[in-house]
Amino acid sequence: MNGRPGLDVSQLPAYAIGPRGLLWWGTLGMVAIEGTMFAIFIVAYFYLRSSAIEWPPNLPPPDLWYGTLNTLILLASTLPNQWVLKAAERQDSRAVRLGLLLCLVFGLAFSTLRAFEFPALNCSWDSNAYGSAVWTLLGFHTLHLVTDVLDTAVLTIVMFTRRIEGRRFSDVSENSVYWYFVVGAWIPVYSVIYLAPRLI
Amino acid sequence: MFATDVPQLGQSFFTAASMMIAIPSGVQIFCWIATLWGGKPRLQVPLLFVLGFFFIFVLGGLTGVMLAAVPFNLQVHDTFFVVAHFHYVLIGGAVFPLLGALYYWVPKMTGRMLSARLGHWNFWLFFIGFNLTFFPMHQLGLRGMPRRVYTYPLQMGWGPLNLLASLGAGIIALSVLVFLANVLWSWRHGLIAGDNPWQAGTLECATSSPPAGYNFLYLPTVSGREPLWEEGVNQPVVIGLRHDIPEVLVTRVLDAVPDHRTKMPDASIWPFITAVAITGLFIGSIFTPWAVPIGAGPVAVGLLGWLWPTQRDHQQQLILEERP
Repeated sequence: MNGRPGLDVSQLPAYAIGPRGLLWWGTLGMVAIEGTMFAIFIVAYFYLRSSAIEWPPNLPPPDLWYGTLNTLILLASTLPNQWVLKAAERQDSRAVRLGLLLCLVFGLAFSTLRAFEFPALNCSWDSNAYGSAVWTLLGFHTLHLVTDVLDTAVLTIVMFTRRIEGRRFSDVSENSVYWYFVVGAWIPVYSVIYLAPRLI
Repeated sequence: MFATDVPQLGQSFFTAASMMIAIPSGVQIFCWIATLWGGKPRLQVPLLFVLGFFFIFVLGGLTGVMLAAVPFNLQVHDTFFVVAHFHYVLIGGAVFPLLGALYYWVPKMTGRMLSARLGHWNFWLFFIGFNLTFFPMHQLGLRGMPRRVYTYPLQMGWGPLNLLASLGAGIIALSVLVFLANVLWSWRHGLIAGDNPWQAGTLECATSSPPAGYNFLYLPTVSGREPLWEEGVNQPVVIGLRHDIPEVLVTRVLDAVPDHRTKMPDASIWPFITAVAITGLFIGSIFTPWAVPIGAGPVAVGLLGWLWPTQRDHQQQLILEERP
């Protein structure tokens, strides 16, 4: 190969937002893997249930109050999330800064209430197989929740303290996509943990 | 599967799912045939292994369809028929192509060809040894020999076929020795491979054998599937990527049109620290549940350190974004 120039790419942009960028595909892969994990944990829950005589075994079902309140907060959080996503696509730094702050407030509120959800399960992870199943489900969702809140916090600090790089808009946009996954995964997880023992 | 207490509905599901495996496998096989049909096959050692793989894998697939049927499956459950089936699939589907690929690419790795004469010995010993070992196992399974036993009463009459299988195993071992000898011998004495030992059209044949650590000095452009056949080794290269900042070209997903440049991460100690922290968390959790909340701290620190943009990364990114 003699190094004869055939294609000059120096004028191409140094970042891309959305499905053109690497980060979007990385997030998609992560969502595919973790979504499968949620499905596996839910199947495990119902598999254990199928061979149990009483469900939950010798325990009251989880208290509805905190989980339901949290679900409402989570659904409301999609409004600032969508707003910041659009602002990132427009590369509007003022709106992105404000939107990130709002998302962070929702994320922190949700995480705080989550701390009350664990005692409301009315069982311990080592009470029995049921306890393990619900703690794993709720714990796995909490892991994603905390990860995204941390990510949002770091992005917020960076957006306020440093000169804004264009690729940060792509970071913000992918962070919002991930948050949609956290919300989307919660709806089946909530239904399984809180509604399934009562309704089915 | 069918010998467990799965309900009838489950059994039907697994039968359907198992039978359906034949569809993509069949498509695959026709694709291979079409590929050979459309090209000019050269019957050298790599292709020999590929043809051997077709033969064995198709036989394994046929017994797979048989095993999908509940009554047949129950009959041969846990017998040597199953052992024969999965060795036809796994050795046919994985080991034969693997050996073929080694004959094809070892010259690229070491710069020297493997001996074709030893390669033929390697292939025929393996092919004959394999069929001698595993084909009689179908019959043994149909005659009721259970798997995972190390001995059986003499009166069962399974002796002669097992002797045949043992002989075949010896031949396979011999064939593997031939392969190892071939690799060792060719390492020093094989023919010099050159950049493109098989006159192939794909890009890896445009670099030296073995390739330099950086692969290509310049990113080559391609205008089709077989760039070396279409444009020779002097295809034009991509320019305009910086050499002092780790920058790569990203293309569009489907049509590979250059879309943007992206900066790769710098070297960092934080992923390692995070890995150590996660390992500590899981090992600790064997002994006490408290390891999870306590260990989460160092993991979070590791992740934050990893996420936090360094000054150097920040400056470099600003330089990159200012250019266009």
